[in-house]
Amino acid sequence: MMLNQFLLLGAFLFCTGVYGALTRRNSVMVLMSVELMLAAVNTNLVAFSAYRGGDVAGQVFVLFVITIAAAEVGVGLAIVLLIYRNLRSSDLDDVDVLKG
Amino acid sequence: MFFLDNAWLVPLIPAISFIGILLFGKRAPRPASWFGVGAIGASWVLSVGALVQWIERIDDAGGAAGAIRAFGRSMVGAGAAGGGHGREEALPAVRPILHSFTWWTNGGADLRVGIQIDGLAVMMMFVVTTISLLVHIYSTEYMRDDRRYTHYFASLSLFSSSMLLLVVADNVVQLMVGWEIVGLCSFLLIGHWWEEKPNSNAALKAFFTTRTSDIGLMIGVVMAFFVVERATGTGSFDIMAVNEAALSGKVGHTLLMITALALLLAIIGKSGQFPLHTWLPDAMAGPTPVSALIHAATMVVAGVYLGARLYPIFYEGLSIRGGGVNAMAMVGGTTVIIGAALAFVQDDIKKVLAYSTISQLGYMVMGLGVGAWTAATFHLFTHAFFKANLFLGSGSVAHSGSHHSFDMKKSMGGLRKQMPQTFWTFVIGTLALTGFPLLAGFFSKDEILATAGESDFRLFEYIGLIGAVMTAAYMVRCIYLTFFGEYRGGAEGAPSSSAGTHGESHTHLSPHESPRAITAPLWVLSAFSIFAGYLNAPAFGIEKFQEWFEPRVVFPETLIHPEFKMVDAAIAVTVVLIGYGIAYAYYWARVLPQNVTERNAAARAGKTFLVNKYYLDHLYTGIVVGGIKGPIARASYWFDQRVIDGVVNGAGSAARMVARFTYDVIDQKGVDGAVNGLAVGTGELGGATRRLQTGRLQFYALVMFAAVGALGLLLWFSN
Repeated sequence: MMLNQFLLLGAFLFCTGVYGALTRRNSVMVLMSVELMLAAVNTNLVAFSAYRGGDVAGQVFVLFVITIAAAEVGVGLAIVLLIYRNLRSSDLDDVDVLKG
Repeated sequence: MFFLDNAWLVPLIPAISFIGILLFGKRAPRPASWFGVGAIGASWVLSVGALVQWIERIDDAGGAAGAIRAFGRSMVGAGAAGGGHGREEALPAVRPILHSFTWWTNGGADLRVGIQIDGLAVMMMFVVTTISLLVHIYSTEYMRDDRRYTHYFASLSLFSSSMLLLVVADNVVQLMVGWEIVGLCSFLLIGHWWEEKPNSNAALKAFFTTRTSDIGLMIGVVMAFFVVERATGTGSFDIMAVNEAALSGKVGHTLLMITALALLLAIIGKSGQFPLHTWLPDAMAGPTPVSALIHAATMVVAGVYLGARLYPIFYEGLSIRGGGVNAMAMVGGTTVIIGAALAFVQDDIKKVLAYSTISQLGYMVMGLGVGAWTAATFHLFTHAFFKANLFLGSGSVAHSGSHHSFDMKKSMGGLRKQMPQTFWTFVIGTLALTGFPLLAGFFSKDEILATAGESDFRLFEYIGLIGAVMTAAYMVRCIYLTFFGEYRGGAEGAPSSSAGTHGESHTHLSPHESPRAITAPLWVLSAFSIFAGYLNAPAFGIEKFQEWFEPRVVFPETLIHPEFKMVDAAIAVTVVLIGYGIAYAYYWARVLPQNVTERNAAARAGKTFLVNKYYLDHLYTGIVVGGIKGPIARASYWFDQRVIDGVVNGAGSAARMVARFTYDVIDQKGVDGAVNGLAVGTGELGGATRRLQTGRLQFYALVMFAAVGALGLLLWFSN
């Protein structure tokens, strides 16, 4: 069982997600990047589960993460929709009313 | 025992009515006044209930000990002079009903509010509520269309409430509270028509005079506290405790005497005794129903009530036992004569009645002073009815007969035909007052005189008899001037001889009988004037008043209750008839020399002396008040300006300097510096940190990831 490949894939996905979340202007893209990070974590969990000889705890965890991520995307897209409705733009740089 | 235990409701109901009338009376004056009538009516029902239950309580105690009582009666009859403990065997002890709660505690002294319901309280409750109820009804007609109708009824309610509070009081402090509030109501009601200067002056005079004597009450109340402390070790204001202490024999005579004299001063002011009686005639400036209620039947007898309530103090303090002369009897006796003498020279019918009241109050105080407790309170009881009757009668005359004037010589005369009901009730009241046989005053007044005679107060018996002659004479004069002769109150007030004919052209102004709201109370009071005396008529072997209302515990045991003697009664009746005869001879038969005061220098001097009311008013306003206003006031002014103002100004300057220092140094530099510094620091910190708040989401996310990364590196290296 090769654990390293999976962990490298997870790290790659996670770094891609972080990069996307920090650099993308479009808020939908940011949300997608967040999904990438979650997928990276899920990959790691499944890999460790298999590595420990079929310990199902990790896989159950993954199912929960996917469920919660679906809800999070629902809420996130709703927020994006409202931002767009108010600002006529989904660009995150325009959302700076909290600027001190 | 519902009515006895809940007697606190009796003062409470008029108090509620007072507040109700004040709040809602302006919008609906007539319903408000009927609300007041209803409230006092409810109080009246409760008082009658209490009276009945008290009599039952007495009878229950008496029935159980009937045999002992029959035995004791004979003991009293045989051993009246011996005194001793005959009384206790005679009548079984019936303790008053006491309920109270602590109002507040101060320095170990417990000030309580409560009720002490015994015969005296029950009797007074009945008198006050009865007269008050009748006066309320009378006022709805008499005061109709008055400009302050609502305030008038509010004051009446407050008065009834506070008078009843005074009556049911179980401690002297509560009694004093009631005492002061009735004084306030008296002030308010005398000055009811304050737009006219004499009325407001009369109100002030009444208030200040009674306030002067109230100093005596305050001293007396405080002294009573220490009387109890001397006897039992702990001070108390409770009336029962005070009386018990006075009778215990453990208190020095001097202390008791000073207490008694201080309280006597209170009685002198409140009950119009010589020499502080001068406010009472002036108080007639108030509306007539007020005079009947406050200045004849109830408030002025508050002093007598105080004397009866704390009787042991007076009995021991003034050494009433054993005859001779004491301050209380002297004050009363003097008042009997000087009051009666002044009544002769008054032209104002209400002032005649006012001086008559003073004289009769003198009888009561004298009665207390000679040990005739039962007789004095009995006279209080009967006097309330017939004097209220007379006052309301005079009000009826003014209301419907003499165009609201009270001047007998100018506005009245010959009214008996036009106002037959008022006339007959007035005659009944007069007969009762003068002591005509078998009417109320006969029994009560003669009992005072008989007691005075039997207990070696001969002097006061004679004074009382002289007073009786004078009373009979001046009251007949009053009736003659008001109801006989020719009508002198022409519609225009012209003193012409033709004014006697009741011209047809003045029908709407001519005298007529008063409406029923006025005559009905007169008839009720007349009935009381006739029959009230039979409560205690020793001539017929009835001594119910004594049996029901005289205290049997904590009470001097050596009081004398005279047997009925035909000789005394005969003397009294003769004396009254002499009085009638003199007045009749002077006014009707005209056999006595007329206008004697104009022809004889001595008589003229005497009359001038009386018309000027013994110059007492001159003494008070000219010398006492003037003396205070003059040099003493100037001296006080100088002292005020130089000494007190100096001290005050000095204190002011010092305070300013301290304040300036505080402002400049402590406040501006110290406190403000600290506060401002804190604010500036916070502001700068905020300015520095606000740059972090870019409002850019991804910058925040970057910081978060950087922080997590840094934390991860830290963990990595630290392991």
